[in-house]
Amino acid sequence: MRSRAAPWSLLGLAVLLALPWLLPQLLPQGQAQFWTASILGRAIVFGIIAMSLTFLATYGGFVSLAQMMIAGIAGYTLAIFVEGAVPRVVGLLGYGAAIPLALLAATAMGILMGAISLRSRDIYLLMITLALGMGVFRFIETNIAWFNGYEGIRNVVGPSLFGLDFRNALVFYHAALGTAALLYFGILYLVKTPFGLVLQGIRDNPRRVAALGYAVGLHRIAAFGVAGFIAGCGGVLSTIYNIGISPGSIGLGATVNILIMSVIGGLGHPIGAFIGSLIFTVLDTFAATIYDRDRFNTLIGLAFLAIVLVSPDGAIGVGARLRRLLTAQPRPASRVCGEVRSRPPSTRTAKEEPP
Amino acid sequence: MTIRMTRRAALLGGAGLAAGTLAAPAVAQPSPIRLGGLTTLEGPFATGGQDAYRCVQMELERINHTIGGRRIEFIRESSNAQADVALARARKLIEQDNVDIILGPLSGAEGIALRDYSRTLTGKTIVNGSSGASDTTLRNPSPNFFRFSTDGTQWMAGLGRHVFQQMGIREVAVTAGDYAFPYAQVFGFNLEFCRLGGRVQHYWAPLGTTDFTSQIAQINRSNAGAVVVVHGGTDGLAFMTQYAQAGGSKPLIGGSIMADQTMLSARGPHRRVMNGMISGGPIADVIDDPTWREFVERYRRRWLNEGGFQSPSIHAVNYATNLHGILHALGAVNGDLSNNQAAFQRALAAAEITAPTGAAVKLDHNRQAISDIFLNKIEERQGTAQVVAFGRTQGVNQTLGMPEAQFLQLGAPSRDNAGCVAA
Repeated sequence: MRSRAAPWSLLGLAVLLALPWLLPQLLPQGQAQFWTASILGRAIVFGIIAMSLTFLATYGGFVSLAQMMIAGIAGYTLAIFVEGAVPRVVGLLGYGAAIPLALLAATAMGILMGAISLRSRDIYLLMITLALGMGVFRFIETNIAWFNGYEGIRNVVGPSLFGLDFRNALVFYHAALGTAALLYFGILYLVKTPFGLVLQGIRDNPRRVAALGYAVGLHRIAAFGVAGFIAGCGGVLSTIYNIGISPGSIGLGATVNILIMSVIGGLGHPIGAFIGSLIFTVLDTFAATIYDRDRFNTLIGLAFLAIVLVSPDGAIGVGARLRRLLTAQPRPASRVCGEVRSRPPSTRTAKEEPP
Repeated sequence: MTIRMTRRAALLGGAGLAAGTLAAPAVAQPSPIRLGGLTTLEGPFATGGQDAYRCVQMELERINHTIGGRRIEFIRESSNAQADVALARARKLIEQDNVDIILGPLSGAEGIALRDYSRTLTGKTIVNGSSGASDTTLRNPSPNFFRFSTDGTQWMAGLGRHVFQQMGIREVAVTAGDYAFPYAQVFGFNLEFCRLGGRVQHYWAPLGTTDFTSQIAQINRSNAGAVVVVHGGTDGLAFMTQYAQAGGSKPLIGGSIMADQTMLSARGPHRRVMNGMISGGPIADVIDDPTWREFVERYRRRWLNEGGFQSPSIHAVNYATNLHGILHALGAVNGDLSNNQAAFQRALAAAEITAPTGAAVKLDHNRQAISDIFLNKIEERQGTAQVVAFGRTQGVNQTLGMPEAQFLQLGAPSRDNAGCVAA
């Protein structure tokens, strides 16, 4: 069924790729660049981090609040080891070596998080990952020797890609989009492999999966490792986007923002993370323009509340809801499966998954 | 039917309004200069940020939002003292709101983030708001970043010398927060005090410490002749309260944000020990200078009934000083921002202005302010504690008079590098 959605995904990707050239037709020059770099670029980067949470929540049933911290581990690893960052902590490496190292560190951190939280579920899993995230945040904030404390590490300008400077908004946008697309399709592929099917089995009934002879714990840890890698990609991109990293980027506010993006986008399909992060970025950027500058956070809060009230399964649920409303069909299972999947994960069983 | 009519009328009216607002800019002759403001209206420094905008608004109203025949449009943005948020807002100001100049930000890490961002821009200028990290302009400066306010190290100028020479104290205990801004302040104090032969014992405490009793017990038993307190906000209040309760009697020397109305207006035993405290900084409540008296008078008239303080805060004065720099340069080039702001930036670099405090300000080759620093003492006047300036060090530069190469050799301030080097 999912193959029917693929052409749509590819079409969307093509539109996004061409967007930097389409936007100037619609908007004044300066605004088009702003939308490309600071709205869409930022939304994609945070969408990747949110997608790591969506992946865990959708296919494994694990809501982890440590994903922003794991992204920060990648960012800090990059900043510590790359030559040219200020202050110079280790330096020595070029971007070609520092970025893989950063991804490795994030994956390792993801695996560690998975191992530590192995025996907890639901709200307890949420709490333990939040505690771990905050613990690392506080450590980084007070450690001067490696992380330069409150100030963080600056001047991570990013590499030159085939002679193109990463600081160019177009280059950054396409690099972020390419990374996001690879990870997105990677996840869609992964969940159809035996590993992905076992993971969804664990979500629906871990005991039955264990009885079938699968190592539930190992699959869980591996899923956290994959999510760590995805978050690491987002962390590297966000560090380059912000020209550096400071503890504020991985603090409680940032952690909760990632959760908000995932929830308003919808925890039913990886695309929800990007929709959520786009809604979040647009609101976060323009709320102060629309509404009173001293109280714009109220508007942001109300908008999120409205989205969750109208559609408990987030923005991707709205589409499915509208279609059901228009065709007046009482939830045909095959339709829902073909498009964005909007039902809460717990109601599904492994049997429904396509082979 | 009636409903349809009203709806149509409303639509027409709305369209008319929209057309009106769209058409309006075309009528104005020279295009306005767009000035973006960035401060913190959320988070720990929100009151300072609000006060900063008060002073900016007051100074723009004074010139009727016009300079060199061009209108100034002021676009406000707010951060929460986090570097990445400040960066996102600055990007919005530059790219979406299309501002020519940014005035801001307020805090240290934000300043360094915006300095780095300014390097990637052409034809745009960022002028500091109130951020006081020395590295913003000292190491890796950006050609598009200007700072007419002084930094945390400069604010301590003259204090170490005063303690050693006038007060005759040879050994002090320094208690300070364990992060960048106190490092810079302690560095500035030690640089003078240790060079003259003074001895320093350091007591560091992480930001957010509430229990200083063990530190105070150690300090009271030590041979220190005075206590230098470089905490801010609630940490400073906690230290002072516990020091007073422990019967501390050594003379107190304060960092720049200790001697502040936010601290003095709070009730409690700390007020007894803080009376007579010496400190250094870019402003005081009472400065014997006509420019300052006039500025405070205007501030009170404009803002006292709209939530303002008795006397403008340190952040507000820093924003106003930097705004004066911008306005001076805009006046010098007659509002001409063409040619990637080349003439404007030259005028900024060459600007010699008077800060609201009456201090003369000019910029060094890193586009960092060289200005006057005040020695202050807390006195009871008319039943309230006030910070009164009694000394003034003129023309303090970023290296406190040291040759720059030698100063840079000392390294960036940190808890392991607190600036205590004998001459």
